[in-house]
Amino acid sequence: MNKLLAEEMYYLMVLGRAFEYGAKENYMKGNISGFLHLDIGQEALSVGAIKAFEKGDIFSGYREHIMAISRGLEPKAVMAELFGKSTGVSGGKGGSMHLFEPSHYFYGGDAIVGGQLPNAVGCAYARALQENDDGVMAIFGDGATNGGAFFESLNIAATHKLPLLFLCENNEYAIGTNIRRTAPFREQAKKAEPYMPTYEVDGMDAEAVYEVVSQARKQIEAGHGPVFVEAFTCRYEGHSVSDANSYRSAQEMAHCKARDPIEKFKKALHEKWLCTEEEIQNIEIKAQKAVEDAVKYAEESPEPEPEALFEHVFYQEHKNVVS
Amino acid sequence: MLYREALNRALDEVMSADDSVVTLGEDVGLYGGSFRVTEGLVEKYGEKRVIDTPIAELSIVGNAVGMAIGGLRPVAELMTGNFSLLAFDQIINHMAKLHYMSNGKIILPMVVRFPQGVSRQLAAQHSESYEQMLSAVPGLRVLSVNDVNYAYHALKYAILSDDPVVFIEHELLYNKKGEVDFAQKLDPFQARIAKEGSDITIVSYLKMVDDVMLAVPEIEEALGCSCEVIDLCSLNPIDYETLIESIQKTSRLVMVEEDHKTGGYGAQIISWAAEEMFYALDAPPLRLAGEDVPVPYNRSLELSSIPTPESIAQDIIAWGKNNEL
Ligand SMILES: Cc1ncc(C[n+]2csc(CCOP(=O)(O)OP(=O)(O)O)c2C)c(N)n1
Ligand SMILES: [Mg+2]
Repeated sequence: MNKLLAEEMYYLMVLGRAFEYGAKENYMKGNISGFLHLDIGQEALSVGAIKAFEKGDIFSGYREHIMAISRGLEPKAVMAELFGKSTGVSGGKGGSMHLFEPSHYFYGGDAIVGGQLPNAVGCAYARALQENDDGVMAIFGDGATNGGAFFESLNIAATHKLPLLFLCENNEYAIGTNIRRTAPFREQAKKAEPYMPTYEVDGMDAEAVYEVVSQARKQIEAGHGPVFVEAFTCRYEGHSVSDANSYRSAQEMAHCKARDPIEKFKKALHEKWLCTEEEIQNIEIKAQKAVEDAVKYAEESPEPEPEALFEHVFYQEHKNVVS
Repeated sequence: MLYREALNRALDEVMSADDSVVTLGEDVGLYGGSFRVTEGLVEKYGEKRVIDTPIAELSIVGNAVGMAIGGLRPVAELMTGNFSLLAFDQIINHMAKLHYMSNGKIILPMVVRFPQGVSRQLAAQHSESYEQMLSAVPGLRVLSVNDVNYAYHALKYAILSDDPVVFIEHELLYNKKGEVDFAQKLDPFQARIAKEGSDITIVSYLKMVDDVMLAVPEIEEALGCSCEVIDLCSLNPIDYETLIESIQKTSRLVMVEEDHKTGGYGAQIISWAAEEMFYALDAPPLRLAGEDVPVPYNRSLELSSIPTPESIAQDIIAWGKNNEL
């Protein structure tokens, strides 16, 4: 990591948090609806991992706004999608949970817990077959590691020595249920140990996430098979905006927020990269402005045309297909 | 009483009367259930009978099958129809078939509670309806709940019944208000006449019954006729007797459903009517259903993908005018 990258990562983390608060505010105003899963508290993980995996394909879930933006999707196109507008990443048809941008090798956006894992395995298989140097990263929560798709994916990826990085965001909760009530241990990497090398990292520390994911990426690119990284993190908000978060005590939340990833990284900017207070403030102002612009863009964007309902059910018209 | 309270009350009563009744699913325990149907049950019956499961739908239903084999009466909750797809192997290959394949030796007293449907902008992976698939599987009883009174009685029946029941709820109905007649003896396989009438039989189920009821005043005024609205309640078996009686009276049939039109549930009702009621009908039947597209996120697109009270009124009025009503 260098100063330039550190500044960019700080920008993305601050932007990410402001984006999520902006989205929440607009949910309350009725501009956004449906399920809105905020990534506040987990910014170090989303930003650090995506920046460390600068090339290659990324498969993720429904808590993916900051990952999408870190991958280079425009904040305004992401916000417009949350508003259901035609200028949104998915034309307003996907919403918060379904951000896809193949031109950035970003395949969002899956709202079936664990559903992206077999897809990531298949894509890694394709990359291996094509003798492509890039690998694939699959990002999923602790809750997803209890499902069949997860175990099947570990097995297939390891059997074929696929270039696949499993990144588990362990925030210890699946909606309101703590992982220790549905799994025999807290560390989900234990499930992957028989299949592949596993690493653990503090998901509240952007620098550490960046380093560990970079290492893991190099390992999969070298062709030795899949790697598992588990990052321990903490979400500050409820599971989605409609969840009151009543199952976590004030004490637990305070403990969680004491490890704030943005504060921690800001300190590193000062101490390690010798950024001035002014430099940091400028980054924060720029991030705030980007979110304001995104909201304005989303507000002013047009609704999809009624015909959009019937578009893209298929790529090809069936009458044009010939054998 | 609210729809979800009626379901809660039914569960509570059977759990208190019979120790072999257990309920399992994601967030059903400490969290109280995503739709608050299981609220308060873990406090009363403990974590051994109100079981928080991992996110593992195949196991939720598969374990329930095993629990039933082992002598319990499980009530499995699947959070949303779309997630239940991961459990379809267990529902179709196991829950529905073990009794038959074992020549009746294996008995499965179990219920799968199945919330589904277009809610509010939950997009394509959280909005679908699967009654057409479920009711196409021999060996499953499929009940659908529109009415609060029915919710209470039918869930009690389903849990006490010795056959596997899929119990379909609609996500937008949990806060619906209604009266429960606790003393009533209700047959859950009998369709419910939601409104009597003499000129058009409108058949529906789940939330669409309410949308039809909202559309009826406008239809009756525009066509100068009276509509009979039937809530099917049981989707398999179907209470054809109630339908026959109504169609013989009205000679006109409309089917309204939320699922995708091609291969949708209502095709069964219309094809039955074409075979069995052809000469009783004075007009071609009308079928209103969801469009053949995944459900989109945007609110206007979402609403245009399914029947609404407005579109139901408009479509039935146009059909009525074309058919000399
Ligand atoms: C197959 C499936 N089952 C259930 C759900 C409902 N659901 C959505 S998110 C979630 C919790 C997932 O927890 P985790 O994997 O830890 O991710 P987190 O939300 O903590 O980021 C559940 C149960 C779903 N979307 N898909
Ligand atoms: Mg989690």
